[in-house]
Amino acid sequence: MKTENPRAWLLVLPVILLVAFNALIPLMTVVNYSVQETFGNNVFFWQGVDWFEQVLHSERFHDALGRQFLFTGIILAVEIPLGVAIALAMPRKGIWVPICLILMSLPLLIPWNVVGAMWNIFTLPDIGLMGYGLNWLGIDYNMTQSPLAAWVTLIVMDVWHWTSLVVLLSYAGLVSIPDAYYQAAEIDGASKWSVFRYIQLPKMKQVLMIAILLRFMDSFMIYTEPFVLTGGGPGNSTTLLSIDLVKVALGQFDLGPAAAMSLIYFAITLLVSWVFYTIMNKDVKE
Amino acid sequence: MKLKSLAPILYIIFLMLPIYWLLSMSFKTTNEILSGFSFFPQEWTLENYAVIFNDPTWYWGYINSTTYVLINTVISLCVALPAAYAFSRYRFMGDKHLFFWLLTNRMAPPAVFALPFFQLYSAVGLFDTHIAVALAHCLFNIPLAVWILEGFMKSIPKELDETAYVDGYSFPRFFVTIFMPNIKAGIGVAAFFCFMFSWVELLLAKTLTSIDAKPIAATMTKTASSAGYELGLLAAAGCLTIIPGAIVVYFVRNHIAKGFAMGRV
Repeated sequence: MKTENPRAWLLVLPVILLVAFNALIPLMTVVNYSVQETFGNNVFFWQGVDWFEQVLHSERFHDALGRQFLFTGIILAVEIPLGVAIALAMPRKGIWVPICLILMSLPLLIPWNVVGAMWNIFTLPDIGLMGYGLNWLGIDYNMTQSPLAAWVTLIVMDVWHWTSLVVLLSYAGLVSIPDAYYQAAEIDGASKWSVFRYIQLPKMKQVLMIAILLRFMDSFMIYTEPFVLTGGGPGNSTTLLSIDLVKVALGQFDLGPAAAMSLIYFAITLLVSWVFYTIMNKDVKE
Repeated sequence: MKLKSLAPILYIIFLMLPIYWLLSMSFKTTNEILSGFSFFPQEWTLENYAVIFNDPTWYWGYINSTTYVLINTVISLCVALPAAYAFSRYRFMGDKHLFFWLLTNRMAPPAVFALPFFQLYSAVGLFDTHIAVALAHCLFNIPLAVWILEGFMKSIPKELDETAYVDGYSFPRFFVTIFMPNIKAGIGVAAFFCFMFSWVELLLAKTLTSIDAKPIAATMTKTASSAGYELGLLAAAGCLTIIPGAIVVYFVRNHIAKGFAMGRV
């Protein structure tokens, strides 16, 4: 298998230096802010863990965190099964495969603020296709007034934006299954469900875990799209964690609380991702 | 069989609707957009595109974005290739922890880092340069590139390396002339993802630039607020941002599915 080689460090060194420059210095800046109070002019006072206590006890943070988990939960519950279902229904061979793949990748390649702006226009009740269409069908739809409509729009937008990633990954797992497996299943008279359960799902498991991990991380950090789409409104109904964070940091310029919030936010993301990652690696080893 | 192919078709229609709406809007005059709902443009106009191609603040946005995205892709691949090789072939002190640490940087919310990044890059005098954005995007692109490439390299048998060394190849020569052609698909997929994530990111790119390196997405936000609500112009600019991605995906279309299946990602 792998050989022991301490000199391999040299090969990894450029990556470490570059990422450390980008990660450690900014992270230490945030840590610095999180334990100090400033009144401007670069004068800082030691504050200890006060900001952390303040943030952890603030209702505003709890609300934003709750909305964030709700959003990420819905996203995973919708996009993963939908993505798998579409990948299963896609043709395996032929001219349509590259066409499907290219068309499906398009939403992934649009800058995030354009995605937000695009959906904003798309859902305008007077001139947007979806907003106009829904109202024409007799559904009273106005994203800027109803929190429910704002949430539905936000989720539909994210499904539109990211389901293709799940499709691409699952499809990659599916095409790696040799034809012989299916032939064997046919000879054994296996039902469609058992083909899925015992052949396709195990083959997709690894890529699916990656899809779940990536979707978790990205939906948990989402900022630009909801900011452009709803600006966190109406009221605070779609103010997710990072929108709230930017409001505190750049809107009110409360650097201390914002920094403490950043660190708590980062810690939660890390913890959940670590759990996913550990489960993933355990499965690989088995 | 017919029923089964319905699902992807419906899905693609769903994907195309907002894009169609953007496209149709970009060919409408602002008057027509604001005067009411119309499914097709009534009077076709190329006015919106003409504005973009004749105004340097607009087209320089595209040049800036493309520049830092390309720099980022090149840097990410150059440093990720040897690192991924080390992870896939050797055991060394702290390798597993290092790998996870790299991944954690993919999880750092850009909103957390926006302000410190601004201070850091101002302090080293790189503020408002393409290289600053390219380096900042390395934060999440290098971990991803290492992750993807490592998967591909694992599937290449180690005998290949050993034979080459026996034949007297030096490491750099082996790596470039023998190893890299073997993981072509992996390099393609990694490049695609680096390009994609750098192209779509805005928060950091906007924070680190002001005039000289301003990305197209930032130009759009600024126009949206300053020049009233010129929807047609914005729609045209939005449509143009889709094109580079579409070109890249066209080149890797055959690798993308096969590539994932081979590698760990």
